[in-house]
Amino acid sequence: MTLNLFLLQLFTGVALGSVFVLLAIGLSLIFGLLTVVNFAHGAFYMVGAYVGVFLLGLTGNFWVALILVPFVVGAMGLVVERFLVRPLYGRGIDYPLLLTFGLGLVLVELVRIVFGLEGVPFDVPDALQGAVNIGIGWFPLYRLFLIAVTIALVVGLWLFLEKTSFGLIIRAGARDPEIMRVLGVDISRVWLMVFGIGTGLAGVAGVLSAPMTSVIPDMGTSVLVEAFVVTVVGGMGSLLGAVVAGLMVGIIISMTALFYPELADLAMFILMAAVLLVRPQGLFGRKGLMG
Amino acid sequence: MRVTSTKSSPNLFNRLAEIIGRYRVLAVLVVLLIFPFVLPYQALAANILIYGLFALGFNLVFGYAGVLSFGHAAFFGIGAYGTGIAIVHFAAPWYLAIPLGVVAAGVTAMIMGALAIRTRGIYFAMVTLALAQCVYYIVYQLDGWSGGEDGLTGVTVRQVDLGLMHFSLFNPTAKYFFILAFVAVAIYVFSRILASPFGAVLEAIRENEDRARACGFDVRLTKWIAFVISGLFCGLAGALYAIHLSVVPIEVLHYHMSGQVVMMALLGGMGTFFGPFIGATVFLLLEDVVTTLTSHWQLVLGLVFMACVLFFPRGIWGSILRWIRP
Amino acid sequence: MTSSDKRKGPSPTRRDVLTIGAAGGVLLAAPWIARPALAQEGPIKIGFPVPLTGPYGSEAQEQARCAQIAVDEFNAAGGLGGRMAELLVRDDKLKSGEAATRTLELIEKDGADFICGSLSASVQLAVNTVCAERGKIYNSISQSDAINEAGNFTKYTFHEALNPHMTAGAVGHHVFPDSGKRVAFLIADYAYGHEMARGFKVAGADYGIEVVAEVTHPLASKDFSTFLPQIQAANPDVLCLCNFGFDQLNSLKQATSFGMKNQMKMIAPALLYNQRRAGGADIYSGVVGGTNYYWKLEDEIASAKAFNDSYRAQNDGAPPSDYGAYGYAGVGVLLDAVKSAGSTDTDAVIGALETLKYDKYKGQQYYRSCDHQSVQSVFIIESKDEADMENEYDVFRVLATASADEGALRSCAELGHG
Repeated sequence: MTLNLFLLQLFTGVALGSVFVLLAIGLSLIFGLLTVVNFAHGAFYMVGAYVGVFLLGLTGNFWVALILVPFVVGAMGLVVERFLVRPLYGRGIDYPLLLTFGLGLVLVELVRIVFGLEGVPFDVPDALQGAVNIGIGWFPLYRLFLIAVTIALVVGLWLFLEKTSFGLIIRAGARDPEIMRVLGVDISRVWLMVFGIGTGLAGVAGVLSAPMTSVIPDMGTSVLVEAFVVTVVGGMGSLLGAVVAGLMVGIIISMTALFYPELADLAMFILMAAVLLVRPQGLFGRKGLMG
Repeated sequence: MRVTSTKSSPNLFNRLAEIIGRYRVLAVLVVLLIFPFVLPYQALAANILIYGLFALGFNLVFGYAGVLSFGHAAFFGIGAYGTGIAIVHFAAPWYLAIPLGVVAAGVTAMIMGALAIRTRGIYFAMVTLALAQCVYYIVYQLDGWSGGEDGLTGVTVRQVDLGLMHFSLFNPTAKYFFILAFVAVAIYVFSRILASPFGAVLEAIRENEDRARACGFDVRLTKWIAFVISGLFCGLAGALYAIHLSVVPIEVLHYHMSGQVVMMALLGGMGTFFGPFIGATVFLLLEDVVTTLTSHWQLVLGLVFMACVLFFPRGIWGSILRWIRP
Repeated sequence: MTSSDKRKGPSPTRRDVLTIGAAGGVLLAAPWIARPALAQEGPIKIGFPVPLTGPYGSEAQEQARCAQIAVDEFNAAGGLGGRMAELLVRDDKLKSGEAATRTLELIEKDGADFICGSLSASVQLAVNTVCAERGKIYNSISQSDAINEAGNFTKYTFHEALNPHMTAGAVGHHVFPDSGKRVAFLIADYAYGHEMARGFKVAGADYGIEVVAEVTHPLASKDFSTFLPQIQAANPDVLCLCNFGFDQLNSLKQATSFGMKNQMKMIAPALLYNQRRAGGADIYSGVVGGTNYYWKLEDEIASAKAFNDSYRAQNDGAPPSDYGAYGYAGVGVLLDAVKSAGSTDTDAVIGALETLKYDKYKGQQYYRSCDHQSVQSVFIIESKDEADMENEYDVFRVLATASADEGALRSCAELGHG
């Protein structure tokens, strides 16, 4: 075991964690504000990949696809919030959960009907193909790009939430929606936007993952569980928590893959159990949210 | 009497519901007795019994104590593996193997409950999910005992001898009634638990946890006991599943199983006595019928869920109850 | 009704209802008991549980189509003295519990005479258990070894598909002699994955290979990046991908992005036709693997041509896949045996299957007597570059054929057969 291999493995974990971060932010944002446990998040991730495939076929350009996907998937999120989730506010967490679970099944099946069962090819764009030497070993250029995009999105989202007036409204709405309503803010518009942003982020994660995994209708199912683990470890509703926990889970999976590969799948669940037993609201979660 | 019944039919429904409510154990049994003869095939009827029992046990925690658990696959699965391993590796007779599976599930529930009970809300759901996944991987890795990914095969019970009566479990109708006997006792016990003071405390906690605590009830202990009892019922369901299929697939421990039982309970109506059985019946029947019609059965299932949530939020039985006595 | 009536009510009601319930039960049971007897007179029923939904749905639907061709051919030839065959396709959802329930349905309700099907190793074992208990012949078309081992095998068990010992062995014998001695393994952590690795190692022992890395990954991993640096660091000449389906596709895709394709030769026991088409030419180009069938074999094998032609006629000119061929052969050989036995009697058909020499689609095959494994040829194929493909179906190049030979199988003693 050389030091280089160890460092490379660590770096691999960071790249793996990037996808988790993107997925978890969307999930966490939606939960933090709307207290909706979005079980269709994995399906939106999958839809993102397929919309990417479709746009790539239409335009032949990966970059156009990458930029358009979050808007297309986000728009779908808006429709879902407006017509399906909104009637359920105030009924507790079980109903949106069941609804989005059903929605997830429907989305997967619709994609099966439109795009077929067997999955579709999606190659790494030419400009990002191959591996580069990062000093400690060879690393895929595409995964470096993925890390960069994640950083850009997280920073952008942070600026949006902290520095814009709309971000201020979102944060205030998370604290106390009643007061916002009294102040004359249309809180339902805020929730609509947040759901759209959250699903849009899932779509980006999907199209970014497409060149690395197989694009199949089932691709969102297993990812959903990982996204939940990350969100819960970081603390539901916390942006910082999602980032820290995403990287943590990525690195822990990577390290167990090196030392105890048969436990690679289990590692993140042990982490989650351990964190919640010590800090029942997650690493950066606020006490009181959801009791 | 004839006059009243024709004049005010809601009253009749009301009375009917009252009678069913009073003799609810009997009502379930009557339905289950004629069940295998109206369903497409006995193996499905037996599955409905087993999943119904699973959902019934789950409902004690979810519907009556008001705690959402995502880890109940662990109890179903350990019940199945406990029974399966006793039969395959120790050649235990069924009357020892089934209690062994139930006890194993109960012990699992005691440990998981003790760890998870201090978290609340969605975090409780996630801790139970995480602990159940740990159980999944432990069983998966112990492939010498469990068969790992291949599952445990050869859980064969050929003959059941009860002194005067003996029959083959390869006869599907006999097997159904064998399973029904266990389920019937379980339903009776369950109904007694609900009617006991313990059941009343549970409902008090669900309605207002702080008030229950102020009244001097140990909320955490009560929840833990409910969790363990629930684990025992789910373990029995798992044990019967192993005998029904003569295999224990690893997927019995998968979180899909936990998700499925949540869906069944919600679909039927959480916190109602009949809800879980109705949920399990509708879920499995729908899946079975639609699967044979189209390979896109998940589309139909998903749409039904969404429709239920939007239009029948109390679940099927909950909505019927409300319709009968508004 | 008064309140005293109410209080008196329960006990007669309960008794009445129970009596009615029991009587109703007996009445309703009567027609059911008569049902199996009727089944003998109807068509010959073959139950076919395959995972129509889920990740291998396209393979399964292909298998169902091809199995139907086998049934149609049997019926067109007059059936068994006029008695027609019928295929009952069921969705096992790639889950053993579902498969066991569906098999019970096929046997108990539909009165299936034979069962054929299943794709995954665990489902195959579950179906095998249910069939063996009820004395029904089961012809498995899943590529796992475990079913032939003494612990699982019964006289009702037949295995039409190849197993990893045969495919990995054939590929190993083809590749190891002149591709360098340093060999790495990426192994899916379940019985089937380890069976594949064992197949490669047994073949490699003849050429003195050196195992430089052995990395296991959990079944159905999505991300292999965490397993690849260790393999890269070991600097092997050959990497054996001991995984299947989407695990294989994903690990290849990610290994390519790590630049590993240029550093080592990649081999796999079984390259799937549908998987290769879903993954694209770039991912697979240059990868060598084994298969039971590739449609281009029609240039040399007459039965392959015939099979392709009947498939093409129904599918807009598209050729059948390797897994489709399993479905065709699995059901076809059962019907051949029925014909040669002259009846659907289980023991007679078992006897016929044990002695049959058949050529359904790939040259001659037969079932070895100790474990009922079909002895058959393995084709070594290489995935083509995009530029070399004549049309969208032209994805592989056949490099060599390992002919049908009992020596390529694990011995009966090794499998535990006395």
